[in-house]
Amino acid sequence: MTEPTVYELSSPGRVGIEYAHLDVPPSELPDAFMREELPLPELSELDVVRHFTHLSQLNYSIDGGFYPLGSCTMKYNPRINEVTARMPGFLKVHPLQPIETVQGSLVVMYLLQETLKEITGFSAITLQPAAGAHGELVGSLIMRAYHRSRGDMKRTKVLVPDSAHGTNPATSSMAGFTPVNVPSDARGNVDIEKLRELCDDTLAGLMLTNPNTLGLFDEHVLEVIDIVHQAGGLVYGDGANLNALLGVTRPGDLGFDIMHINLHKTFSTPHGGGGPGSGPVAVAAHLADFLPDPVVGILEEATDELPPLYGFVHPPQSIGRIKSFHGHFGIIVRALTYIMMQGPEGLRAVAEHAVLNANYLMELLKQDYTLPYDRDCMHEFVLEGVWPDAEGVHALDVAKRLMDYGMHPPTNYFPLIVNEALMIEPTETESKQTLDVFVDAMKKIAKEAHEQPELLHEAPHNTPIGRLDEVKAAKDLVLCCWRPEE
Amino acid sequence: MNTPSNLKYAKTDEWVKLDGSIATIGVSDYAQDQLSDIVFIEFNRETDDKVSKGDALATIESVKAAGDVNSPVSGKVLEVNEGLSDIPETINDDPYEKGWLYKIEVSDPSEMDELMDAAAYEKYCEGRH
Repeated sequence: MTEPTVYELSSPGRVGIEYAHLDVPPSELPDAFMREELPLPELSELDVVRHFTHLSQLNYSIDGGFYPLGSCTMKYNPRINEVTARMPGFLKVHPLQPIETVQGSLVVMYLLQETLKEITGFSAITLQPAAGAHGELVGSLIMRAYHRSRGDMKRTKVLVPDSAHGTNPATSSMAGFTPVNVPSDARGNVDIEKLRELCDDTLAGLMLTNPNTLGLFDEHVLEVIDIVHQAGGLVYGDGANLNALLGVTRPGDLGFDIMHINLHKTFSTPHGGGGPGSGPVAVAAHLADFLPDPVVGILEEATDELPPLYGFVHPPQSIGRIKSFHGHFGIIVRALTYIMMQGPEGLRAVAEHAVLNANYLMELLKQDYTLPYDRDCMHEFVLEGVWPDAEGVHALDVAKRLMDYGMHPPTNYFPLIVNEALMIEPTETESKQTLDVFVDAMKKIAKEAHEQPELLHEAPHNTPIGRLDEVKAAKDLVLCCWRPEE
Repeated sequence: MNTPSNLKYAKTDEWVKLDGSIATIGVSDYAQDQLSDIVFIEFNRETDDKVSKGDALATIESVKAAGDVNSPVSGKVLEVNEGLSDIPETINDDPYEKGWLYKIEVSDPSEMDELMDAAAYEKYCEGRH
């Protein structure tokens, strides 16, 4: 590492702030609160500024370069989002203020609720969940509350296709369900026959990611949803890949009952270390009463003299509060800004360009890499990072070598149904020039894998630190550089 | 890929060695190679626990992925190789000897007939790519 820690930079007696001279009698701290040693780092303000500036320069971000991390939708976050989120009226409100004094903020939340409902085709929505997996948990708890409200207590099974996000089975377990795997067919769709076999009166629901993690739109999505509904189950949509569908199709119209929306992916709010995330959950009309409490609504309709009064309404069969206050409000402002800036035509163009960019890359790279599911993709696609005639080279080596070419690696080893997976999602915000530079690098790496495999094994060479010891990182956790016993 | 011929194999990549009524269970060389460096193992069953074929006996986590070890037979747990918790990489180094996971007294030896022999398992693994 080229930058020491703040503890290593510390110099005894150095301070960042000098307090004003004490002009009142000092009051001693009680002995109980005194300790012999408190090894806090001692630095000047300039030391601190340089330290964190250096660290930020070592970091890789979407503002610095191409970031094709599959399933993460690392699109550019427009700066106008930051301008609106920093407006004093939004920045300085407190969630405990009387609603009459925060009508502007409530309008923002209400408008975002309404626009997300319009975009996804659902009837009701909560903005509370803190991120995608949190949204999944909320959706699963709504699923549970729905079956319970009908006295249907035997529904304990949740089906999860093997092309789903890994959080789906984890979430259904956490909500008290038993997750059961559904295999994919040769075209990457849910295997319809296997699905039929698994649907019985213990079925609580299906968690479907569509497009799935192969970047493929399920060709039988309507049939899949119908089979689950016929068996009395609900269909949960993992909205992580919504970017491919904006303005083209609406999951609510397809028959999904519940879906979470990743504002931090689809609607251009910061993520990848720069969050926080936000995972609103939208539901069909028959589930609106179960939403987390409260949601924003209109308490008094507008009159000739007065605008409407916005406030909080309470779903009658709510699963309860699932987040302190009202979710990540700053992110809500950013997402609404993005949606308003794009408008309906702009949102559709987002999806179209995201899909076009992914297919452009896929067509060029399948000449050099194995493409196991070879059909038109949506916003992303999955290659194999391995060749029969390049012994010892793995997807991880390809990913690390890409860092030497100045780009963030794709997601690797996911989804699990592809051997040595490299999952690539360019997003709509990249130019053809950037995509071509990426294709050149990937083609060079494929050539190197055959001719100079050691270049890949030892990569990255051009980064601040070389290949990390992933085994040590997983097994030998040291989360604090100061340990009391030392 | 090392596939000893004296063992039987399950589609979910466990191996079984039957001595009398005692089955020793582990994960195959193919499975450990696919997982790459194993960093954790969590055992779900203790000595004397009853297990049914297909039960999740353990969870293995590598730097790439996490996966369940499913019981290829039914019976009662006689012994758990708990020492692996401290040195799970033993499964990478020696999957068929020191890397064994459970010894189980089998209740239905005919379940062994449903497993693959080495030749069939090798063919099965080759067909997965």
